[in-house]
Amino acid sequence: MLGLVNDFAKERVLAAQEFTELSARAFQNIFRSPHYLQDTIVQMDRIGFGSLPIVVLTGFFTGAVLALQMSKTLTTFGETSLTGQLVMLSLVRELGPVLTSLMVAGRNSSGIASELGSMVVSEQIDAMRALGTDPSKKLVTPRLIATVVMLPMLTIISDFVGLLGGFVTSFFIIRLNPSQYWYSAYHALAFEDIFQGLLKPFVFAFIVALVGCYYGLTTRGGTEGVGRSTTQAVVAASVLILVSDFFLTKILLWLLD
Amino acid sequence: MMETVSPQPAVEFDRVSLHFEEKTVLREVSFRLESGETKVILGPTGSGKSILLKLTMGLLKPNSGRIFVCGQQITGLSDEQMFPVRQQVGMVFQEGALFDSLTVAENVGYVFERMPQVGAEEAERRVREALRFVELEHTLELYPSELSGGMRRRVAIARALVSQPRIMLYDSPTAGLDPITATRIMTLLVKQRDATRVSSLLVTHRVQDAFWMAVHYYDPRQEKLLPVSQDGLRRDTRTRIVVLREGEFAFHGTVAEMAAQRDPYLQKFLF
Repeated sequence: MLGLVNDFAKERVLAAQEFTELSARAFQNIFRSPHYLQDTIVQMDRIGFGSLPIVVLTGFFTGAVLALQMSKTLTTFGETSLTGQLVMLSLVRELGPVLTSLMVAGRNSSGIASELGSMVVSEQIDAMRALGTDPSKKLVTPRLIATVVMLPMLTIISDFVGLLGGFVTSFFIIRLNPSQYWYSAYHALAFEDIFQGLLKPFVFAFIVALVGCYYGLTTRGGTEGVGRSTTQAVVAASVLILVSDFFLTKILLWLLD
Repeated sequence: MMETVSPQPAVEFDRVSLHFEEKTVLREVSFRLESGETKVILGPTGSGKSILLKLTMGLLKPNSGRIFVCGQQITGLSDEQMFPVRQQVGMVFQEGALFDSLTVAENVGYVFERMPQVGAEEAERRVREALRFVELEHTLELYPSELSGGMRRRVAIARALVSQPRIMLYDSPTAGLDPITATRIMTLLVKQRDATRVSSLLVTHRVQDAFWMAVHYYDPRQEKLLPVSQDGLRRDTRTRIVVLREGEFAFHGTVAEMAAQRDPYLQKFLF
């Protein structure tokens, strides 16, 4: 039993070490040639533009349901006019970055893991190395840069669409005055909120890209292994996003205070 | 064919061992692949044949021992430091390992991405030449998924030889192919060996591949393979056979020497 625990602990420590090494190498590659600009642009299109429909849908309905829930609570205090403010703050500070990152993780961490995993099992990664290309430069760094650039942008879009969703609910269901909604939303927003709201997706982007690449590149065991890596990538990325969100929020609140 | 033994071997393994966790894959393996020589490595699945090629290419590092490629010790080199060494080695992977998202021409010309000294026109000319060698010049713009299994292997051969390497590594190039296609692939390998005099390591589990390499030569005038004793002259194809058994060499010698062996393990390969 002790042996099993020992083996499991060793495995986890080794995985953490490999992940750190991969992350460090991917980051260093940003400053080392060759740079694969075309691959980065292709990944930006896949990760950014490709994720737009789910991000817009998630954002819109999150905003809409938030407004619905908030208005119900606020009616008790006769303060439905603050709906816009609450929707705005919840979205920008928390729900926008976290939900967008979770959606992108579900779509792209899995996509990256399965793509790289398939390349591993079909020996394409070995072939790449044999032909003189560093897979971390060619495959990991472009995906990292693309996610770091696109995820904050997707979050901004998601926040705005969410606000729009909140407005639709406020106007058509709660029957709130449009100017009241937008005025309270706009005036609630402070620099700290925007800073928090944009720093989080920036950090989460590292998780989404690197976790996907790590599980993809460490795939073992043929097509079954690819499936396992894909699932593990989504689970690990989602859990890491949620856990790091807590600590990031704690640090940011402490810093901004 | 004249046999010339260069003092510097193309590949040399010096007491190389490799373990994966508790399992020993190679145990104190030593051999020399002389310049212009071909070694056919036979062995059952899991005997460490493909590992031998990956160690030669520097894709895996041994736990102990030294490996020399073209006279340079590669055991302590990083991927970046390995690049000039790998430029002298072409490798054909088991299933071809072609890049799915690239066309045949892009796959074959991939190596030139890291060779700025080779201009675009020169690269294109060499890609066409390599594809012509494997008789697939018409597939330039196709994707690997549009090719048959045998065609994919031939493209992989073209990709390996496009940089005009001094050493060729073939990892089971005929595995899973029908006999006609397998013979076609073996014909290409003999043609490549005799046309360019490269040193080769061929991993296979088919003893007929080893015999094919050993008893045929390519005649450029007739543009076809002929048996080595075709005109009464016994040509030396400089082909030796190695049989691996559980990470160790069970046999190392010529086809004739192997055929004379009475070891039951080797007999299993022959019959």
